[in-house]
Amino acid sequence: MAKTFKLEIVTPERVVYSESVSSLVAPGIHGYVGILADHAPLMAELTIGEISVTDAQGQEQHIATAGGFMQVSENAVRILADTAEFGHEIDVDRAQQSVQRAQDRLRKSEGVDHTRAQVSLLRAMNRLRVARGQ
Amino acid sequence: MASIRDIRRRIKTVRNIQQITKALKMVAVARLQRAQSRATAARPYADEMLAIMRRLASVGASVEHPLLEVRETVNIGVLVITSDRGMAGSYNTNVTRKVTEIVKPYGPEHVKMVAVGKKCRAFFERAGYSLVESYPMPSSEVGLTEARQISKTLRTLFESKQVDLVHVVYTKFFSAMRQQVTDLVILPATPPEAELDPGSEDYIFEPQPTELLGSLLPRYVDTQVYRALLESLASEHGARMTAMTSATDSAGEMIDRLTLDYNRIRQAAITKEIAEIVGGANALA
Repeated sequence: MAKTFKLEIVTPERVVYSESVSSLVAPGIHGYVGILADHAPLMAELTIGEISVTDAQGQEQHIATAGGFMQVSENAVRILADTAEFGHEIDVDRAQQSVQRAQDRLRKSEGVDHTRAQVSLLRAMNRLRVARGQ
Repeated sequence: MASIRDIRRRIKTVRNIQQITKALKMVAVARLQRAQSRATAARPYADEMLAIMRRLASVGASVEHPLLEVRETVNIGVLVITSDRGMAGSYNTNVTRKVTEIVKPYGPEHVKMVAVGKKCRAFFERAGYSLVESYPMPSSEVGLTEARQISKTLRTLFESKQVDLVHVVYTKFFSAMRQQVTDLVILPATPPEAELDPGSEDYIFEPQPTELLGSLLPRYVDTQVYRALLESLASEHGARMTAMTSATDSAGEMIDRLTLDYNRIRQAAITKEIAEIVGGANALA
């Protein structure tokens, strides 16, 4: 059996995940970061993307996040996520609607905060991707 | 002396009032539990964030971040958190009193208010302070989205130098019986002290500690605003519960007293009637 480590994912609202896992892939701002047991101490900023977790039983799980921070130390990983949702928790229809909304906003050139619209588009597309398990 | 009918009417009125206060009390109890569990659920994130900031401070991350800039204080911003609804004892008055105290030395033209909850909005509009923005205070749940919005308003005020200091006045929750008005300066942000014992661990930072701290700071302010909202909500329900419990109790006492009066008068009337009948019978005999 693969060596495991403790993973905790917390959002400002609640503790989303707290289990022993054998591997983790998280969306660092400079690209995806893979973590296995006995990783060196690390502190990283995360961006919009998908957190993939393989638990002690070899089950894989996918969590959509909108960014945050990750701290790895003493064989424990703590992720402070702005948002974190399991793929099966995501409302696909709603995600689709927000993709649509963001795209509409981007098409209009005036009176729109472009960066903000872009970020919300990315966020919505990410949620959709995770929900569909792609 | 009040007539039987008057007393009966008063008993009915008091009973109606008691029903209302009792209902309000039950609602407050239920909401208090929810608010409390949400406040507890938010704690791990806040603790963890503090831990990370400490860690960054101990590796000497120092930044020239706009949110950290200490300026001479001429204009201040105040975020005031009260409720939308009353019937919560002195909950709202305590907050507004504290705010009045804080802003006194600055004068109305140097104060910008951000109000949460109808109660303080009305108060400060009357007092003539400029309201930058006002938000409703949700009675059942405080969302993170709202907290972020409010926090953003505050950060913009501070970063654009419209204000040089931002206070948050909210009510800290200790228990259903005890809440305390608290004044917290959230901007300029003061990052927590470095860890006393940094340990031997050698961290890899991605990106550099300075940049990390820079992106942590706005979130740190968000978290503090969110926390203040959660605590205030729990306090509001706690205060309402206490106020409504005592209101229900005094209504009960009043009903008892009125019922006693009612019975006494009724008894007197009956006695009088009997005396009259007996008197009449005696006169005939």
